[in-house]
Amino acid sequence: MSDVLRPQAAVGTAAWKGLVIQPAVIVLILAAFVIWLKLGNLSATERATLNPGDLLAYTGQHLALTFVSSAIVLAGAIPLGVLLTRRPFVKVSGVILALANFGQAAPAIGLVVLLAFWLGFSFWSAVVALVVYAALPVLRNTMVGIQGVDERLVESARGMGMSSFSVLMRVELPLAVPVMLSGIRTALVLIVGSATLATFIGAGGLGLLITTGVNLFLPRVLVSGALLVALLALLIDWLGRVVEHYARPKGLR
Amino acid sequence: MSKNSSTATGTSVSSRILLDAVTKHYPGQSKPAVDGITLEIPAGKIVMLVGPSGCGKTTTLKMINRLIEPTEGRITLGDEDVTNIDGDQLRRRMGYVIQAGGLFPHMTVAANIAIVPKMLGWSKEKIKNRVDELLELVSLEPAMYRDRYPRELSGGQQQRVGVARALAADPPVLLMDEPFGAVDPITRQRLQDELLRIQEEVQKTIVFVTHDFDEAVKLGDWIVVFSEGAHIVQYDTPERILNEPASSFVEDFIGAGAGLKQLTLNRVRDVELAEAVTGSPGEMAQDVLARVKEAGDGHAVILDENRRPLSWPSRRQLSRLETIPATPDAAIPLVTQGSTLSDALDTMLVSSAGAALVTDRRRSFVGVITVEVVMEAITRSRKASAMANDNDSPVGTNTGTIEVQGGTT
Ligand SMILES: Nc1ncnc2c1ncn2[C@@H]1O[C@H](COP(=O)(O)OP(=O)(O)OP(=O)(O)O)[C@@H](O)[C@H]1O
Ligand SMILES: [Mg+2]
Repeated sequence: MSDVLRPQAAVGTAAWKGLVIQPAVIVLILAAFVIWLKLGNLSATERATLNPGDLLAYTGQHLALTFVSSAIVLAGAIPLGVLLTRRPFVKVSGVILALANFGQAAPAIGLVVLLAFWLGFSFWSAVVALVVYAALPVLRNTMVGIQGVDERLVESARGMGMSSFSVLMRVELPLAVPVMLSGIRTALVLIVGSATLATFIGAGGLGLLITTGVNLFLPRVLVSGALLVALLALLIDWLGRVVEHYARPKGLR
Repeated sequence: MSKNSSTATGTSVSSRILLDAVTKHYPGQSKPAVDGITLEIPAGKIVMLVGPSGCGKTTTLKMINRLIEPTEGRITLGDEDVTNIDGDQLRRRMGYVIQAGGLFPHMTVAANIAIVPKMLGWSKEKIKNRVDELLELVSLEPAMYRDRYPRELSGGQQQRVGVARALAADPPVLLMDEPFGAVDPITRQRLQDELLRIQEEVQKTIVFVTHDFDEAVKLGDWIVVFSEGAHIVQYDTPERILNEPASSFVEDFIGAGAGLKQLTLNRVRDVELAEAVTGSPGEMAQDVLARVKEAGDGHAVILDENRRPLSWPSRRQLSRLETIPATPDAAIPLVTQGSTLSDALDTMLVSSAGAALVTDRRRSFVGVITVEVVMEAITRSRKASAMANDNDSPVGTNTGTIEVQGGTT
């Protein structure tokens, strides 16, 4: 489990600069893109495909896919991860982790298409594929975060008469937060990126621009789609970092 | 501290603990880790559990607060059979201190100490007062330390907070598992002295696990020497264990220098201290020097307005001074009345002074202890043989039930 995503030490001014620079870059690129859309030397087809109404609609679909999948991943993988660190379930945790590893190792596009044949070509097939694909980092980091809490702290909490539930809520989870959050951020970025593939099963999203760009040989449309996906991913990543920065318990470094 | 020491001293009476034929058999192991131990821990006393690694000390200790459930046997706290009561409830009535304090890094010192009082539903006001009172008890300035996080404390300070936290709800029992194992020898010595001072005040029933036989002799009212399987080889006072080890196993465990270890049994307050010429900051150095010469001493002790030692200048240093400065000298050899002679000797050797200043609980100066006095004490305690009477010895055996007067078995 060497490839566990460790939280980067968010310390001092360096971290602060990172947190400020990232959104600034995102806004700059977005502004440049909008100006290019307005003033750029685009063909009529390109202009028609890249009209603001459609762009907003695609982005909306993309975000909807992302949020629904993320919500399901968080609601499922975190409690599951917690459960698997409880004593009665420790034995099966290896099996579940292996399954999750398998899910992530499968190529996303294959997963999307396979699920579509099974569940039909729809929004929900895409969501299921994204959830299967992105559950691993959250699950794994939840487990690793909790397992990484010093054994002696848990013992001293029990020794003070805390119930095992309150040890979980007041000691284990708060101390696992940095590791868990970094897994969550990774999952969100994975989902934003992979949601691009939803277009192959008719679930829309910014991937549509890319497929259109390829099919009709409109490289500018293709690049616009890729750029917007990248910007969204950067934005989500930034939000994750901000949350990590503020949710890290005081007293931890 | 004295203003509210009535609460620090505790309203709850300390309780006797009785393990009655208690066995722990870990699944999948051929031999029990603790084999039918019957052990009485007298109320208000410090009982030290010592023995080689893996002999079952920790297992025995954790069965008292049922962090480990006994396989067989009964445990009584005071007159109450606690073998089957709710473990979480039981543990709130027993302080528990482990190595390095086990402080929660994401909580402030105050929040760490407040955990058990909060669980017991104390009011905010009461908790706040209690936290400050406890910080004072363990010699940490509340205003300075209350809002710090554990990583902002030294190892010794963390350990103090660990002790304060264990005492928070004023439990009758304190269980300590090698609490001072991770600090340097000088800090350890200080923490030990501190624990003895606190115990004078709070009078808890303390079970203390240690690897370190010197620590056992220094802190224990009673010492239990275990061999493998928590078999009790000897359960006796430190004096008797040093003077009459029950077997070669105990002798080996005591190790070399049993005579010198006697020094750990005697405290600075037990020997006669020398007087010293004192002075205060602002005085003319000449006047002080004159008094030193008159008394035939080599040094003068400079005290602040609370009679706390500031510095300890020699005749020569005095002769070079105009007036006595108020600057404290951190390097002066200081011991307390509660320190053992062995610690006093260490302090003198470290500072190469041949003597040390002695202070009382309030850190005011009481006198000077010299190497000669310590040497005399060695000779005396060598000659004196332990005269502890057997009558009040607590019970300690393995396998089989015992009869205790008025007991519940
Ligand atoms: N949870 C456990 N499961 C199985 N065996 C255990 C467990 N805990 C302790 N043991 C075994 O029980 C025996 C006693 O262990 P214990 O921890 O009580 O020793 P100890 O006297 O505290 O040792 P040390 O001085 O090294 O801390 C050892 O042989 C140990 O291997
Ligand atoms: Mg141990």
